[in-house]
Amino acid sequence: MGSITLQKVSKVFGEAKVIPSIDLDIRDGEFVVFVGPSGCGKSTLLRLIAGLEDVSGGKIVIDGKDATEKAPSERGLAMVFQSYALYPHMSVRNNIAFPLKMAGMDKAEIDRKVDDAARVLNLGDYLDRKPRQLSGGQRQRVAIGRAIVRQPSAFLFDEPLSNLDAALRVNMRIEISELHQQLKTTMVYVTHDQVEAMTMADKIVVLNRGNIEQVGSPLELYRSPRNLFVAGFIGSPKMNFIKGQNAAQMNAHTIGIRPEHVLLSTESGDWKGRVMVAEHLGSDTFLHVDVEGIGMVTARSNGDFASKAGDTVYLTPDKTRIHKFNESGLAI
Amino acid sequence: MARKVTTQRKVIMTAIAWALGILIFFPILWTFLTSFKSEADAIASPPQFLFFHWTTENYSEVQSRSNYLSHFMNSVVISFGSTLIGLIIAIPAAWAMAFAPTKRTKDVLMWMLSTKMMPPVGALIPIYLMFRNSGLLDTRTGLVIVLTLINLPIIVWMLYTYFKEIPGEILEAARMDGASLVKEIVYVLTPMAVPGIASTLLLNIILAWNEAFWTLNLTASKAAPLTAFIASYSSPEGLFYAKLSAASTMAIAPILILGWFSQKQLVRGLTFGAVK
Repeated sequence: MGSITLQKVSKVFGEAKVIPSIDLDIRDGEFVVFVGPSGCGKSTLLRLIAGLEDVSGGKIVIDGKDATEKAPSERGLAMVFQSYALYPHMSVRNNIAFPLKMAGMDKAEIDRKVDDAARVLNLGDYLDRKPRQLSGGQRQRVAIGRAIVRQPSAFLFDEPLSNLDAALRVNMRIEISELHQQLKTTMVYVTHDQVEAMTMADKIVVLNRGNIEQVGSPLELYRSPRNLFVAGFIGSPKMNFIKGQNAAQMNAHTIGIRPEHVLLSTESGDWKGRVMVAEHLGSDTFLHVDVEGIGMVTARSNGDFASKAGDTVYLTPDKTRIHKFNESGLAI
Repeated sequence: MARKVTTQRKVIMTAIAWALGILIFFPILWTFLTSFKSEADAIASPPQFLFFHWTTENYSEVQSRSNYLSHFMNSVVISFGSTLIGLIIAIPAAWAMAFAPTKRTKDVLMWMLSTKMMPPVGALIPIYLMFRNSGLLDTRTGLVIVLTLINLPIIVWMLYTYFKEIPGEILEAARMDGASLVKEIVYVLTPMAVPGIASTLLLNIILAWNEAFWTLNLTASKAAPLTAFIASYSSPEGLFYAKLSAASTMAIAPILILGWFSQKQLVRGLTFGAVK
């Protein structure tokens, strides 16, 4: 079991209201990602769930029991830190065994569980090494191993991949997703990277300034963002926002169109513009186009679209995919 | 751009390093050699380096004139005692400041350090009077108290810098892993803090061992440590270089041996924070 419920949870540091009031339900077995720009309170929220910070108000319920006042060690949660936080003076084996030792398990049982975890995470050859003798990816695996051996009711990940290089990050992302499918344990994952959020999550919680902007599945957020913030944060490259006359024609204060929903042509289209920057990624080409009367618009096309800075192109937004927002930034 | 290191440059640097090393070591070597000379050889001009009549007479003379062992024991009690008590007070203090700092932590640290900026002689008279009135003059207890207090700022600072280097996330990880406060301290904190505590301990024993101002001013005979023992040989009735050297050698030998065997810890302690 691993359900977590936050009821009117708030956190104040001195004068600063980091989290005004949050209500959230995390169901057993869900992979929930907290995403948002830095300083939005996502890590604080995770630390409140972990018990590493005390709440200033509200209740945290884990598996139906009030855990608000419980110490971190009593909450049955495991955490993977950004810095890995391995015990530098212990071997990999002892690092992974540590939570089991703390639980007072007997030696034979500990050894068996550590070996199991090491096999799952491909750490078998490194059990006698010290953390400083491992690479970043291996350290991250040890941290995950330490979290999985004790079979917690939920895993908490605090930006676990930010210290890894890009290629390794993609691998670890897949490994963590596979782990979730195997273990079917609740995972709460904090990241500022919306790609990680989109690829891993069952449910994404978008946070901004300590408030939840929207909760939903990755595609829900992509297709129907509730407001300008979510619309701009989810999706890469960012959604184009257009104000003024073009928006007013559609009875909106602002309209949004994703780069992938703009049709590019060298001959004709609704909007005419000049290419300022062309980014050729091979599979895709992103064009940053200065459109007359609108401003900069980003458009995506397939990798074969030959265009360079200075070229004139025509853009046609897909009318069915246009998002409309009112004055206060809410989706209409 | 890498700097080109030529052979010539290397030779020069090595020569300078050796020259400096010898320059620093020479007084100690000279003291050691003089301690085996007769008083006449000791003041001979030109000075004799190795070819003199070697004698251990000074050592037996020094031993018979004053009780080396009693001074030695005083030094041991005072330096170890003050360091241990200092650590017991400083560990929680440094701990609190490193792991639960407040707005005032930096000020508190600076204030502690500022007490080391005043020349000790400024506090001599009040402390002397307090010691006299409370019967602490010429007692080991008195010296342990005063050395604990004067070295406390340094102990707190050293420990603080060590503890600062222990990442808070590791302690949080231990908490998440189900460790109680006691287990967290035993299994995680202590093993990580021990090297820092050890080098602080060593450095402070050496500082306390060599402390001369307070030990000379607050003792007469009973509690006098080795510093007073050396000083007693530079007396107004005439200097006895050879005997003074023998006494000095006997006084610094124990701490030199301790330092030699704990070199690794000490170097780490002295350069701590200098190189990440």
